[in-house]
Amino acid sequence: MTYDFFYKLFGSQVVAAIIQGLLPLFVFILPFAVFAVWLERKVSAHMQDRLGPMRVGWHGWLQTIADILKLLQKEDIIASENDKPLFNIAPLLVFIGSYAAFAAIPFSSAFIGSNLDLGVFFIVAVSGLVVAGILMAGWASNNKYSLLGAMRSAAQIISYEIPTILVIVTIVMVTGTLNLNTLSEMQTGHFWNWMILGGPTLGVAKFLMIPFMIIGFVIIYISSLAEVNRTPFDIPEAESELVSGYHTEYSGMKFAMFFLAEYANMFAVSAVVAALFFGGYQSPIGYLGNLIGIKWLIPIEQLFWFTAKGLFFVFVQMWLRWTLPRLRVDQLMAACWKYLIPIAFVNLIIIGLITLM
Amino acid sequence: MREYLKNIWTAIITILIGMKITFKHLFVPAVTIQYPDVKPQLPERERNRLYVNMDDCIGCDQCARACPVNCISIETVKGLPTEDLGKTSQGRKKALWVTNFTIDFSKCCYCQLCVFPCPTECIYMTDVYEFSEYERGNLIYNFSTLTPEEAEQKKINYAQFEADKAKEKAAKAAAPVNTSAPKEQ
Repeated sequence: MTYDFFYKLFGSQVVAAIIQGLLPLFVFILPFAVFAVWLERKVSAHMQDRLGPMRVGWHGWLQTIADILKLLQKEDIIASENDKPLFNIAPLLVFIGSYAAFAAIPFSSAFIGSNLDLGVFFIVAVSGLVVAGILMAGWASNNKYSLLGAMRSAAQIISYEIPTILVIVTIVMVTGTLNLNTLSEMQTGHFWNWMILGGPTLGVAKFLMIPFMIIGFVIIYISSLAEVNRTPFDIPEAESELVSGYHTEYSGMKFAMFFLAEYANMFAVSAVVAALFFGGYQSPIGYLGNLIGIKWLIPIEQLFWFTAKGLFFVFVQMWLRWTLPRLRVDQLMAACWKYLIPIAFVNLIIIGLITLM
Repeated sequence: MREYLKNIWTAIITILIGMKITFKHLFVPAVTIQYPDVKPQLPERERNRLYVNMDDCIGCDQCARACPVNCISIETVKGLPTEDLGKTSQGRKKALWVTNFTIDFSKCCYCQLCVFPCPTECIYMTDVYEFSEYERGNLIYNFSTLTPEEAEQKKINYAQFEADKAKEKAAKAAAPVNTSAPKEQ
């Protein structure tokens, strides 16, 4: 829809595609990252009975912009023993990996970067690119802490992709589509049509599915938390053990790139969880635009609901971060292979049987 | 199997308990004091920058002697009998010009030992603690009420007085002693 608009405006497919591609970055991801970093600091501070940044702007809301200005001015340090090409590409690759995921995420019915039929699959695939970037960063830094962090990260992300995909497969089995836009459209109406409450089709199956959908949601939330390397699964960064893991050797804008990728990733996984289980951009209580008959208001409302759901899950990620201690490496692997994967499998089979009924 | 399920149960319950606690703390008022805007309440007997009330100082040097780090330096000159140096607030007559009274706060250890020996209670701790400086020399505070010229003048005056006295004495010694000496005995 927005693509058609830009195509009509500029008369060139290339220009329209470039604008369509850059739109989420400048309109959404950068402001979101700025806001999320501030929110993280505020949430962490208030959970510890502190105040957090207070001096730049009202309650420090401009603090992140000040920090970005500082990072822009910093020297870009490349140590002499670094593997320079890999070292320079790694942050870009990590950022591209997390940014590419936004291509298939439907922000509202009017805006979806690319309405792929393989939407969820595409997101899972490009998220795998992040691992390569992190491994590159760790290897090219030529630093034992970086390499350890990168190895841990690779082990962790690859392990936790399995439960994530198993839960996605569960949803795909029920709905029969990988397209996130279609998935969101299916869950239209009110909140009882959301997948977490058994999906849109009314019947015995819907009510039977509810507990297993909740289990599925918990599993995908935990494993996506591990995929974006957030506490309690932040062993790749583990400040107290590994300095700061794979980005120890990075400074200035390259460090900012990793940081941006982390926050972009946080929103991406929250958005996927919201789209799979919580109706994506659909409103839980119906639209004001329908009520008063203004059709163009609906996409804006949808954008609001989507952002609200995404932000809520981002907030829960922060909440968990400041609640739980970091897991040990063996505990991390045990949680994945002994608990999440078997449960996800059993869940998959049970939901499959219910769907067959 | 029983333990397996129990582990899952404890994990979920303990995480929820932890989350409940952190969520409650989101709404607990912060303990942070916004320092430059809000000053912390200092305890009643806090020890910070010293102040010397020169109106009361009699130049007795007791504080300088009590100081364990020798950060107080006092120079005094005796006042002439003709001069009126004023009185302290306790009605004590002052006899010395305090030509120099400096405290080096880069040395001061805020032990308050100088405060107790002071006979006129003119040196005391204030509640000022924000006096950092870029130059170390700026931390040497001079409390003397006399300008350097005046101090110099006092010194010259006293030296003159001494010299006059010595001259007088010499004159007396040179003069015939027979009249005065027996009287003194």
